[in-house]
Amino acid sequence: MLVGLSRTVILFIVASGLSLILGVLRIPNIAHGSLYMIGAFMAFTVSKVFGGGITGYWMAVLLAPIIVAALSFIAERAIFCRLYEREHIMLFLLTFAFALIFGDLVKLVWGAEYRTVSMPRFFQGSIPIFGLPFPIYNFFLLIMGPLVAIVLWLIVNKTKMGKISRAAAVDREMVGAVGINVSLVFATVFVIGCYLAGLGGALVAPIVNVTLGMDHTLIIEAFLIVIMGGLGNIWGALLGALIFGLSQSLGILIWPQFGIIFPYAAVIVVLSFRPTGLLRSTW
Amino acid sequence: MGARKSIVALVIILAILAIAPLGLPRFYTYLIALIVTTGLLSTSLNFVLGFGGIYQFHHAVFYGAGAYGAAIMISKLGYSGWLGFVVGPLVAAALSFVIGLICVRLSKLYYGMLQISLGSLVWAIVYRWYGFTGGDDGIHGIPMPELVGSPLGAYYFTLIVGGLSLLVMHRILNSPFGSTLQGIRDNAVRSQAVGVNVRRHQLAAVVIAGFFGGVAGVLFVVVDNSVFPDMMFWTLSLEITIMALLGGWLTFLGPMLGAAVTVSLRTFVSGFTDYWTLILGILLVLVILFLPEGLLGYVFEVWKRRTSESAEE
Repeated sequence: MLVGLSRTVILFIVASGLSLILGVLRIPNIAHGSLYMIGAFMAFTVSKVFGGGITGYWMAVLLAPIIVAALSFIAERAIFCRLYEREHIMLFLLTFAFALIFGDLVKLVWGAEYRTVSMPRFFQGSIPIFGLPFPIYNFFLLIMGPLVAIVLWLIVNKTKMGKISRAAAVDREMVGAVGINVSLVFATVFVIGCYLAGLGGALVAPIVNVTLGMDHTLIIEAFLIVIMGGLGNIWGALLGALIFGLSQSLGILIWPQFGIIFPYAAVIVVLSFRPTGLLRSTW
Repeated sequence: MGARKSIVALVIILAILAIAPLGLPRFYTYLIALIVTTGLLSTSLNFVLGFGGIYQFHHAVFYGAGAYGAAIMISKLGYSGWLGFVVGPLVAAALSFVIGLICVRLSKLYYGMLQISLGSLVWAIVYRWYGFTGGDDGIHGIPMPELVGSPLGAYYFTLIVGGLSLLVMHRILNSPFGSTLQGIRDNAVRSQAVGVNVRRHQLAAVVIAGFFGGVAGVLFVVVDNSVFPDMMFWTLSLEITIMALLGGWLTFLGPMLGAAVTVSLRTFVSGFTDYWTLILGILLVLVILFLPEGLLGYVFEVWKRRTSESAEE
């Protein structure tokens, strides 16, 4: 169960970025999964450049998301920012175009075989809890999750930037009319969201095989979490990720072959009572 | 574009396709059958997306449901092919009713995201249920009735059923129901205000589209004699959305044209490179940036401009 929790943390970090972009920019970013995958592959490369080990790991966690964010910044400025006035479906398909392009670029750069990022010695080993061994790295992730949630909450609710972006989500033209560069605000939100996808990828890299196709399953799960939690709500994403992760590990425990059904069932139950998600969207 | 012109164009195209196998190698008849199948799928998607304004992000599920419905009836349960061909689309329609019922209460983006998720659940079940669906291998070598057993028989069957399905969808779109559906797309609030039951209409549209998606799935079984889980993976859904967009998603025949372009291009390109999706992605970006109305939409626009200019003279 606790091992399931660390997966939940990764899901939360990725889903919160998705939720942020969805809340402010109204784009369901399909490319989010690809950015997560790029984050993981980047983590592999960066940690290799710095010779693996503990420095390699920290540099990977630090640099890989920044590279992903830079990539998304280029995409946003070059193409997305021209299309905010268009229909959602166009933006959605545009993100899919990027998912296709990123997917093949990863194949081009890193090849089709899977990669592993070695866990630094510091995180190896485990601590016994209730008599069961619990990996140290999972502790680290369990700290990272709430940390990201709090930082994100502070940015959105306590900074001027966050206030502007919330206002811009409600009435874009009005915010522009009072002399604020909305386009730049949107770009910033987009980049922060994508940074989170990259961070998720970098953090997950040591505990999974980094492969092509890891984007496909993740993006659907992140979608479910965002829908369940309420669009654009960070705590909703946290709650959604918790429900998702727990129902999944519970499901696999009860019915190994079809455990995958349980999180979906949870979503259907949630939505039949609250069609707009558990928590109200904050803007 | 008048309804009559659409039908005339359709009949001419079908007539050309009907005599095509006489002069073409077998590979091309397979390719054309595949285009008709994919085009029918894309048209059925556009029925809800372009004309209904419903964000059906994961339409390929119904394609897969139709195909698996038929394949399982024939291969696993041993019924005759014809019965399987009827059951397939019905399975797809039933599935779209269930998914539609859950999703239709939600507004646009929510609908799309939940629909893509539930569709993925169906995919996951099919992918894992080895005993019943063949898991990730799928089902191959499905025995066909004699009439459609040969490649030529399959080709004509695909053409006839595909053409009929298009005609039926066209009729539905030009019926009062179709007009109401487009009214809902343009202004759901107003439609509600004049007494239209918006959700019921949308649900009906989703079920009809799911049914024809299932028909396309059956046609694929006829053409290829196999099914596999990739047929209901969400990336295929987005590919057929690209086709609809490329051809023109506000026109009836646009998706068919988009399918023809995309499927031919893929067949052509994959001879040279493994990076087909990269090319597809770049193509999509270009279409969104420069041709938002799609190929057919662009042609009609130019046409309209010309005729209005000549009218002024």
